[in-house]
Amino acid sequence: MKILLDLPILPLVVTIFAYQFGLFLQKKLKSPLCNPLLIAVILIIGALLLTGYPNANYQSNMQIITWLITPATICMAVPLYEQMKILKKDWKAIFAGITAGTLASLFFILVMCRLLGFDDILTASLLPKSITTAMGATLSGQTGGNEAITTAAIAITGILGNVLCVPICKLFRISHPIAKGVALGTSSHVLGTAKARELSELTGAVSSLSLTLAGILTAILYPLITLL
Amino acid sequence: MANYLRQCAVIFGFTLLGEALHRLIPLPIPAAVYGLVLLFAALCLKIVKLEHVKKISDFLLTILPFLFVAPAVNLLESWGILAPQILPIALLVISSTILVFVVAGVVTQLLCRKEENDENPS
Repeated sequence: MKILLDLPILPLVVTIFAYQFGLFLQKKLKSPLCNPLLIAVILIIGALLLTGYPNANYQSNMQIITWLITPATICMAVPLYEQMKILKKDWKAIFAGITAGTLASLFFILVMCRLLGFDDILTASLLPKSITTAMGATLSGQTGGNEAITTAAIAITGILGNVLCVPICKLFRISHPIAKGVALGTSSHVLGTAKARELSELTGAVSSLSLTLAGILTAILYPLITLL
Repeated sequence: MANYLRQCAVIFGFTLLGEALHRLIPLPIPAAVYGLVLLFAALCLKIVKLEHVKKISDFLLTILPFLFVAPAVNLLESWGILAPQILPIALLVISSTILVFVVAGVVTQLLCRKEENDENPS
C-alpha cells in the first residue's frame, strides 16, 4: 500500500477522477453549486485529511499541472484575437466597465479590510482576489501578502462568479452579451470566463479581454493603493 | 494535421519570454501578462498564425479550471491564519465579488446601450 501511495502520478490520477466526478454531478443535477472545481477541491482535501497523505507531497506531485496555469493564461490571447472585430466596436464601453469594476474592487476591499481590522498581510492577500491566480498570487507575494490565502480567495471568487452569474444578471437586468462578459472577466477571472465561454463565444472573448485588462490595471493600481 | 509539438513550442516559448521579462523588469507584473500581450501582438502582426496555436490553446483553455485544484487545496496550509477570521473574510469575498460583477456589468451595459441609441436616433 505504502509503495502505491508513493507513486508520483497517483495525485494527478485521483484529481482527474475527482474533477470528472464533479463534471458528472454538474451534468446530472444541473445545480450551479455543483461546480467541478469546488467538488474536486472538497474531495481532495477530504482525501488528504482522511489518508494523512501530506499536502506538501500532493503539491509537489501536482506541480506539473499547476505549472500550466501561466501558459494557459497566455492562451487567452487566442480567443481575444479571434473576436477582435467585434471588440473594436464597443471598446469604450468595455474599457470603462473594466476600469469601474477594478477600482470598485480595490477600494471596497481596502476600506472593508480597514473597517474589519484585518492586518496588512491579510489585506495585501485579499486585494488582488478578483484577478487570475497567475497574476494575483504573484502580486500578493511581491507586496507582502500570503500567496496561499490569495490563491484560495481567488479560487472562491472565481467559483462565486461562475455560480452566481445567472441570478445576478437576472436581478440587475444585465442582459447585453458584452456587459456579461465584462462583468464575468473583471469580477471572477478565468473561472468567470469559463462560464462566459458557455454563454456565447462573444461573451467568452470579452471576458478574456476583461480579465487581462483587469489584471494589468490591478498590477498598476495595486502599488498605488497600498500607499493609502 | 495539427503539429502538436510545434503548437506546444509556440505557447511554451511565449511562456519563457514572459518569465524572462518578469525577471528582468523590476515591476510587479506577472509573467502571464507579458506572455499574453506578446502572443496577442504576434497574432495581430501575423508573426504567429492562428493555426500554429489554435489546438493547444483550445485544449489548455478547456482544462483551465482543473489547473486550479491544487492551488485551492493549498488552502489547507493557510487554514490556521484564516480560521479565526473566516466569517468576515467570507462575507468580504462574497460581497466584493457581487459588487464588482454588478459595477462592471451595469457600467458596460449602460454605455453599450447609449452607443446603440446614438447610432439609431429615434
